[in-house]
Order: sequence, then structure tokens, then C-alpha cells
Amino acid sequence: MTYRNDPYDPKQVALLDQATLDEAVSAAEKAFAAAADPDALTAARPAHLGDRAPVSLARREIGALPPAARADAGRRVNAARAAIQAAYDARLAELREAQAQRVLAEERVDVTLPWDRRPRGARHPLTTLMERIGDLFVGMGYEVAEGPEVELEWYNFDALNIGPDHPARTMMDTFYVAAARVASGAANVAGAAGAGGESAAPASGLVLRTHTSPVQARTMLTRRPPIYVVCPGRVYRTDELDATHTPVFHQVEGLVVDRGITMAHLKGTLDHFARAMFGPQAATRWRPSYFPFTEPSAEFDLWFPEHREGARWVEWGGCGMVNPRVLVACGLDPQEYSGFAFGMGIERTLMVRHGISDMRDMVEGDVRFARAFGMGV
Amino acid sequence: MRVCVSWLREYVEVPADVDQVDAALVRMGLEVEEIVDLSTTVTGPLVVGRVERITELTGFKKPIRHCLVDVGNPQPQSIVCGATNFAEGDQVVVALPGAVLPGGFAIGARKTYGHLSEGMICSGRELGVSDDHSGILVLPADLGVRPGEDARPAVGLDDIVVEVNITPDRGYCLSVRGIARELSHALGVPLRDPARRDDLPAPTATPAYPVQVEDPKGCDRFYGRLVRGTDPAAPTPEWMRRRLYHAGIRSISLAVDITNYVMLELGQPMHAWDAATLRGPLVVRRARPGERLTTLDGVDRALDPEDLVIADDTGPVSLAAVMGGSTTEVSDSTVDVLFEAAHWDPVTVARTARRHKLPSEAAKRFERGVDPLIPPAATARAVELLVEYGGGVVSPDVLDVNTVTPPEQITLAPDLAGRTAGVEYPAGRVVQLLQEIGCDVRAAEDGQTGLVVTPPSWRPDLTDPADLVEEVVRLDGYDKVPSELPIAPPGNGLTATQLRRRTVARALAEAGYVETLCYPFVGPAALDALGLPADDPRRQAVRLVNPLSEEEPALRTTLLPPLLATLRRNLGRGQRDLALYELGLVFHPREGAGTTPPRMGVAHRPSDEQLASAETFVPEQPWHVAAVLCGEISPSGWWGAGQQASWADAVEAARVVVSAAGISGDRVRVQAAAVAPWHPGRCAEVLVDGVVVGHAGELHPQVCAALEVPRRTCAMELNLDAVPLPGIVPAPRFSTFPPALIDVALVVDADVPAAEVQQALVAGAGELLESVRLFDVYSSEQLGEGRKSLAYKLTFRAPDRTLTGEEALAARDAAVAEAAQRFGATLRGQ
Repeated sequence: MTYRNDPYDPKQVALLDQATLDEAVSAAEKAFAAAADPDALTAARPAHLGDRAPVSLARREIGALPPAARADAGRRVNAARAAIQAAYDARLAELREAQAQRVLAEERVDVTLPWDRRPRGARHPLTTLMERIGDLFVGMGYEVAEGPEVELEWYNFDALNIGPDHPARTMMDTFYVAAARVASGAANVAGAAGAGGESAAPASGLVLRTHTSPVQARTMLTRRPPIYVVCPGRVYRTDELDATHTPVFHQVEGLVVDRGITMAHLKGTLDHFARAMFGPQAATRWRPSYFPFTEPSAEFDLWFPEHREGARWVEWGGCGMVNPRVLVACGLDPQEYSGFAFGMGIERTLMVRHGISDMRDMVEGDVRFARAFGMGV
Repeated sequence: MRVCVSWLREYVEVPADVDQVDAALVRMGLEVEEIVDLSTTVTGPLVVGRVERITELTGFKKPIRHCLVDVGNPQPQSIVCGATNFAEGDQVVVALPGAVLPGGFAIGARKTYGHLSEGMICSGRELGVSDDHSGILVLPADLGVRPGEDARPAVGLDDIVVEVNITPDRGYCLSVRGIARELSHALGVPLRDPARRDDLPAPTATPAYPVQVEDPKGCDRFYGRLVRGTDPAAPTPEWMRRRLYHAGIRSISLAVDITNYVMLELGQPMHAWDAATLRGPLVVRRARPGERLTTLDGVDRALDPEDLVIADDTGPVSLAAVMGGSTTEVSDSTVDVLFEAAHWDPVTVARTARRHKLPSEAAKRFERGVDPLIPPAATARAVELLVEYGGGVVSPDVLDVNTVTPPEQITLAPDLAGRTAGVEYPAGRVVQLLQEIGCDVRAAEDGQTGLVVTPPSWRPDLTDPADLVEEVVRLDGYDKVPSELPIAPPGNGLTATQLRRRTVARALAEAGYVETLCYPFVGPAALDALGLPADDPRRQAVRLVNPLSEEEPALRTTLLPPLLATLRRNLGRGQRDLALYELGLVFHPREGAGTTPPRMGVAHRPSDEQLASAETFVPEQPWHVAAVLCGEISPSGWWGAGQQASWADAVEAARVVVSAAGISGDRVRVQAAAVAPWHPGRCAEVLVDGVVVGHAGELHPQVCAALEVPRRTCAMELNLDAVPLPGIVPAPRFSTFPPALIDVALVVDADVPAAEVQQALVAGAGELLESVRLFDVYSSEQLGEGRKSLAYKLTFRAPDRTLTGEEALAARDAAVAEAAQRFGATLRGQ
């Protein structure tokens, strides 16, 4: 044991020899390098950095030096101790890194293992296409209007200038709704195939709507202009299902009634719609046609540059200026207001846009079809 | 309407380029279905041949001829032929080896009946120029063609056939006259109107045949002329036969073919009567109750008192405007032919045609409107043709019962077309275009502004100013309309229900379900398969008069039958693990409906009362959402075992829906129910604010068997419209102090619902309870028969301080005490 106030002892201060200190450093470096893992390193630490380590003992001897020599000796001891500490830290970092690497290597997995742990669901592309169209028009200030699928004939036909004897009425291939029996508690469906049927039953005045146009009439009857709406929805015609027909399908219609609305506005709207859905190079062109509820009327074609079978014109939908007779039936003054309407099949739009060749793919509910489109179109 | 271009060329100059014709028709609004260049329908050598020598071959089952035919070569062609309707010296049409006839019938040289046959002598049907296959086609001697020449022009194979779809407003285009008129507009070339002629005789005091029109509303014109002494055996000329054939009309006899030809040419349906078969004067009237008529198609029809008929002394002899009767039709002994060209009320014709399911060519035209001024021209044309090809002498007597009213005048603001189209039409342009389509246009008198427009007689569709506007814009060109976006006022975005449907749909898709859009048609079999009791309200369905399938005559009252059918279809295609959903309408008839809604007119807006009253007839059509699932909801794999879809997944799907609909968990309750088609022990009803909104669980084993879906298939269906809209959700206030977590395991009777135990814990714990979660359920021998242990994790937290252990334990004790009080629950291990 030596104490600060011990008299100077040249033997003891031999510990402060530079050679001794250098030797302590190199011994420590050697010992640390020999440690194979952090635990061994920790075990080696006290011999070189602990209280009994040479550099620690040497520090205690500084006080035995004459005052003039102490500063120099202190610096040298500190340098030696710092070198040992640095060697220790460096080795520790090295060993920890090696150990981390080893753990990572051991934890390696085969990331190519299949990943179908949670089966994916999907939206139906017809629905998401209707939503997308709705969003486009909502962004332009329109609202989305809806109506019933079992509809009064008055809305489906009469209000739209399709009188009881109009040829268009028979062309529409309408599903007619049977007049309901007065509820008697009897199983009504079970008796459906029974006698009576077509001729015996009174007219119900109801049909499965043949187009989304009755929603236009409903809208005009319940809102005042300016009216800017789109009406997406399900419609029905008595066609058998095949590659190009389905009795249940979807349409979207647009209706604008405002002061000073022109065919140019209709054209601009369709052009914008076409570009938003089919790319900036898309365009529309019109062919004169006939719909009882519009006058003038046109069918319009779409120029689709990215068509699966090459850029081309494809038939897209029908449009025109709202027939003043329709405005009158809905209580709007044709002297004050004019309007346009347009409509197209959602199935057709989807088929053209995505190169679908068979209507049945959209109808049959095969999960492989919807999954291909995921959450949207 | 199919028409030969050669026919159109008689009245308007038509360009040779087919594409130009196509574009011109489309520009005018005549949809071109098909254009067939007949010269391309027969390829290879098709030449005129002169039959030099005929040798009858004997010893075969049918007559066979070996012919030497001059086809312009030094040596005659040797051809074997089975027809016998030709003689040496006749000119015929020969398809030489290398030719291909319609239908891909390739001609080669071959040995047959012991002779070399180097080609074929063709019939009209083989060439696709007529339906005649009774013999080969013998060319008229005066045709001026020589052997070896291309035979196509001689048989009309140099023609082009155009098929156009005519919209119902443009009845006049169901004729060569109408289509030629539209081409003249599109191409800017003059039209030679076949109906405009100055050689028409005036009606005579003595009619061609006595006719009395008792119903001038149904028939405002009845015109007729009589040709006597025609040759009943006279054939229809080949060119007429060909044009009829290409128009899709069968050749019958000369007189009948002429009426059809004139109908196609001018648009005036005509009738040819055998004058000798008529008994007494003709009367135009409505049918009388009980009257019957056998029409030309051989069908005996019961007539409706609304049907217009032409009758003689024997009763009805024609279903006016729709189809003639069989007793008075022209036959192979008819000598005196009475041509009728009348004008009928479109609505009456439409109804009769529909009632008798007889959409005849005549009815189609009258329904869409026929020019009431053309009967004289049409009849003159028919008479000319019959006299020329059938001989006979036309009687000078002309029948014309005419009460036709002139078209209504329309007052048109001169700027309306421009205002409607958004196009500046130069002064005079509107007038010029309207005159071009045949309108009479005058300036309004007495200082009124506007144009007074009288539409031409062939345009009954032009009744409103808007109709005239369309004509102006159409003729000027739809492509002249500029493109300009209107500025809509600010909108309100999607409604709360629209947003909710989207959120719900997306949530289910994200939960692994695939959206489907099923047909809503159902039948009793499907509802029986679901095991619905006889008095189940879901059996009260909206029925269709004319369903596609008699098996499915009604509309769904539940989404499940079509959705389960879709599940089955996917299973049939090899899928095993399925989760499907649908959002759609179901249909419930109105209680007590069964009468017809009040008629509402269209001359003005119906009153609010009328509209409201009509609305009560519309079936209720709520939005439902349903999901079905079977197989594994998560598959087994390298990660371990998979999980079979279970009743719990169906309940989970219902919770996903309700949660996506914005309903917080504390408003939702689930309790046991026993409702078809679910397993009575595995059916949950889902309540929001105490109201049942739907059911979820495992399907009844018998339902699975009946529907042929896997056992333990699960399903849920909610009435989305019954789920209240969330409104504005108040934000939560939550404590940032640390929670105290305490687990309790309670032992209760096995039949106590876990949800109710949880409610008791919540009620008992008081306000410090932040959340409670059931994390384990088990039963064991140790617990005893009919007992189960429910382990809950309770989280306590105070809004304003860190809870002490004593406070948390006191709250837990209170919670357990409530459960003990309600259900005799005991803490496990006590």
C-alpha cells in the first residue's frame, strides 16, 4: 500500500517508467485481442483496467514523484490508460458486431415462402367503375341521384315522352311487374306459376326500370334548377344472358338542366368524361339518332387510343337535349330552362376499357374476375 | 331495311365508294348495319355460257344432263347438270373451276355420272341472288350478253346491298325514297322523288270498287285502282325478284311482289285483292265482338273490337294495315286485281300488331307513319308494273276516300336552333335547311316574330320546335357543334348513405370478401331450400308478368339465394375456400297493393298529391348487405394450421359492416336467435340500439344439403337501411394516466351468454372501467358439469389521476359482484 504522503521511493516509481507503461498497454491489447467473445473480454477487463491493473497502480505512484515530475507522469499514465480503454472499446464493438452478424445470419429465413396467409377480397369492377364515374362528376359539382329499380311506368315511360303506344315502348324489352295480390298470408311466390298470370291480373303500373332515365324525371320533379346530377344504377331488359347481352345490367346517366344549356355543353362534358376515363387522347363524335326523351338526339362514339385491339372508335352511349315535353311533364318551363342528358352502359364501358370479350365474366360472380381488379378500376 | 344501291341510284346519284355511302348514311342518323358488295360474294370465274348440246343421261335415280356449254373458249365446256328447266341455245350462268360461291362452295373439275364436269350451271339460290332453286337460272334472251363474258352484271352481282337500322321516328326511311332523300341531303345532290309525278288521275265519280269508310279516324284515306284481265301465270321479272330477295322479302306472285316492291320503293304498304272474290262493297270499320279472320299466314284470329278491319258482305276479309285475309288473296287464278293503298291510324295499327303479335312489314310502316299523300303515286306505280309484266287493262275508275288533314304548322323562333346547339347559324341558314328536308317555311304574319313551318307530308314525326331544331343541327352537321364545359354550381358531394355503402363495401373487401352482383330473380324452390316457413314474410315477393324463367318468377326478398347460387357456381369451378358479399336491393310488395296506380298525364306536372299517391304503389326496396363463406377463412400453410370459416366469422362480418357504417361497438348487441336459413343453435341476431338489423351464423345443415353447398357454410345478411346513419361522431376524451390491468376468470353456467356476463361486468365496474375483453373460454372436469370459465382482461383508468391498487381492486370487486349477482358467477379458484 502506498499513500499520497509516502516519502518518495524511486523503486516504487519504477511503475511509472515509460517502458513499463508501454508494456502494460501492449499486454492489454494482446489480452483483449485474445478474447473471443464479449464475455471473455469482460473477464479480461479487470486485469488491465481494474483497480489492480498496472496503469491503476502506476497512477497511485504519481504522488510519490517530486512535484515537478508529476504533471508529466500523469499525462503518460492517462495516455496509457486511454490507449487500453480504447483497445477495450474497439474490441468490444468488434465482438458485438460479430455477434450481431452471427445472430442475423442464424435468423435468416426463406422469404420466398408463399404469402397467401390472408386471402384477398375484392370490389366488383362494375361497382368501382360506377363509383369512379360518380367521383369524376362530383368533382365537377354534380350530385349522384338514385331511384328505385322497381319503378312506376309513369317515370320509366310516360314522363319521358314514351306514350302507351310509342314504338320505343315495345322496343325496350320490358319486364312487367304483376299486380300484387292483396296480402292474405298465402305464400305468394309459391303460387306464382299458377293460373292467372298475364291476362287475368290487373296492371300493376310497375316495371323493372329499363334505363336509369326515370331517375332524371324523379330529380326534375323534386329539385329546382340548376340541376347537375349523374344517376348510376341497375337496369333490366328481357334479354337472355349470352356473350353480348345480359338481362340485368348497369347504366350511368347524366342530366343537366339550367338556363342557357346547349349541345356544345353536352359535347364538352362528354369530351371531358372521355378523357378522364380513357386518357388525354380520347375523344367523342356524334351520330344523329332518336330517343323519345331527348330532341335533338345523338349516339356517340369514343376514340380510345389504348384499346386492347388497337386505337379505334367504339360505340359508347346516347345523348341529347332534354325534350321540352319531358321538362313540361316534370313541371319545368322550357322557355326558361334547357338541359342535356347522356347515358351509357357500365358493362360496355368496362368491356371497352379493359378488353373484356364476354359479358358473362362480369355477371357470373367468378371470384377470379373481381380479384383481378382488386379494390378499384 | 335492306336495299340495293342500284335501286337508290334510280333516284339519287350515289358515289361508287362504299365508305362514302356508309359515312353519308351515318351522318344523317341512319345506322349502317352492314354493306355487302355482292361482286365479292362470288370469287373466281363466273361467266355467261350458251348451252350447245344436251344429252340426257339415263339409268340414274333422277334426271341428269350432260351439257356442252360455250363459255367463250374454242372448245365447249363439258358440264353435268341436274336441272331440266333449260334448252339448247339458252344462256346460263356458269361457275368455272376455281370459282367459290357464297357459303364457301368451291367449284372444281371432277368426274361425275360417268362424265367430266368442268364447272357448274348455277341456280339463283346458289349464286345468292334469289331464293329460287327450282331450276338453274336461265338468262333472258334479250339481255345482250355473250358467252365467256363476266356473268355478274347479268345477275345483279355487280350490286351493293346496304342494311340500315331505322329509328322509330323516321318511318319514311323504311323506303328507297326515304333513304335516297337522306343521301341527297348528306351528299348535296338532287333527289328525283319517285312520288312526285304529274300523270296521276283524279278520283272518279264511279270508284274502282265501292268502299265505305265508317271509321275515318282509323282510316283517313282509302285509295284504289283496278286492273282487269291480267295473266295469273305471268312471272315476276328477275330484277324485281332480286331486289325483293336482297330486301329479305320472299317472292309470292307477280301482283303480290309488285305491292311489296312498291312498298319498299315508296314506303306505302299496299294490298292486292282478287276482285272476283269480293262479295259486295268493302266497309272499313272496327271488328265486332266475336268476329274472326284467317289471315294470310294461315292463322285463325279472334278479333278485338278495337281492331280495324276491311269487311265485305261475308264479314272481315282483312286485318286492316297489318295483314290481309286468306279468302280474298291473289291466287294463281286471279285475273282482276284491285290495288289498295290506304292510310291508317298509327296507334290503332300498333295496338293491333301487338295484340296479334304480327309485326308485319306493313304494320311496321303504318305504326311509324306513312306519307298520306302518296297512295295515288304508289298505286300508279303498281298499276304500271302489273300492266307491263302481267298484261291486263287498268280501269279508268279511281277510288279515293280522302279525309286527310294537312300537317300542323309549327311556329319556330329563328334563333332556337342556334341557342339549342350553341352554334351561330347565319341568317337564312335555318330556313334553307328546313326547306331542304321539304318543309314549307314562311315568316309569321301580323308582326309576330318567328317562322311558320309546315312539315312535309312524309314527316309526321315533326310536331314540335325541338324536332325542327334537330333537323337543322343534323343537316348542318353534328360535327359542327363546338365543345364547351358548362359551369356547375357547387355541389354537396355524396350523400351519407352513398358514402356509407362505399365504406361498407370496401371494409368487407378488405376483410377478404369478394363483391358479386347477382341477378335478383328467385323462385319458390330457392326459398324452400332456405327452409323458410310458409308464413315467412320473405315469401311475400314482387312477381314479374314475363320472367325470363318460370322457375324464377319473383324478385328477391333476401340477398341469400342468388348469393349462395354464386357460391355454388364458384365451387363448381374448382374453388374451395370462398368468401363472397353483395350489396343490393331487395324488394317487398306494399301491403294491400293490388290495384292500378292512378293515371298521371304528361301535359303538365302531376300534383304533389298525385305523385305521393303513386309512390305508395312502389314496392319497398331497402339496401341489404349479405356475405357467405365456406372452406378455410385462412388457409393452412407452412405457418401452421388454417382456420375453417365458422359462425363466428359470419358474425364478425356483420360487425365489420356495422362498424364501417359508423356505429360504435357499445351500440351493437348480438344475441342468440333461431331464424331460417340458419342453424338454430348457431344463429345470432345483430341489434343496433336494440333494433334487430339482421342475422349471422352457420347455415342449417339441411339448407346446406338442399343448396348443395358445403356443410357449415356460413352467412350473414343485414338490412343496411335499418342501421341508423352515424351523424357527426363526437370525439372521445381519453385519459393519459397509466392504466391498471386486472384479469378475472369467472365461472358460470355453460348456457349463460358471454355477452351478458360482460354487460354485468361493465355495469358493476363503474366509470373507472375503460375496457373489458374476453380472452379465454374453457370448461373442464374440475369446473364441473355444465359450467364454464370466462377469463376477462379488465382495464381501469381514471381521467385525472393514476389509480391506486386499492381503487382498481375495489372496482374489480364491484364488477365481479354484479356478475355474481346476475349469474351466480364465482371467481375461479375461490
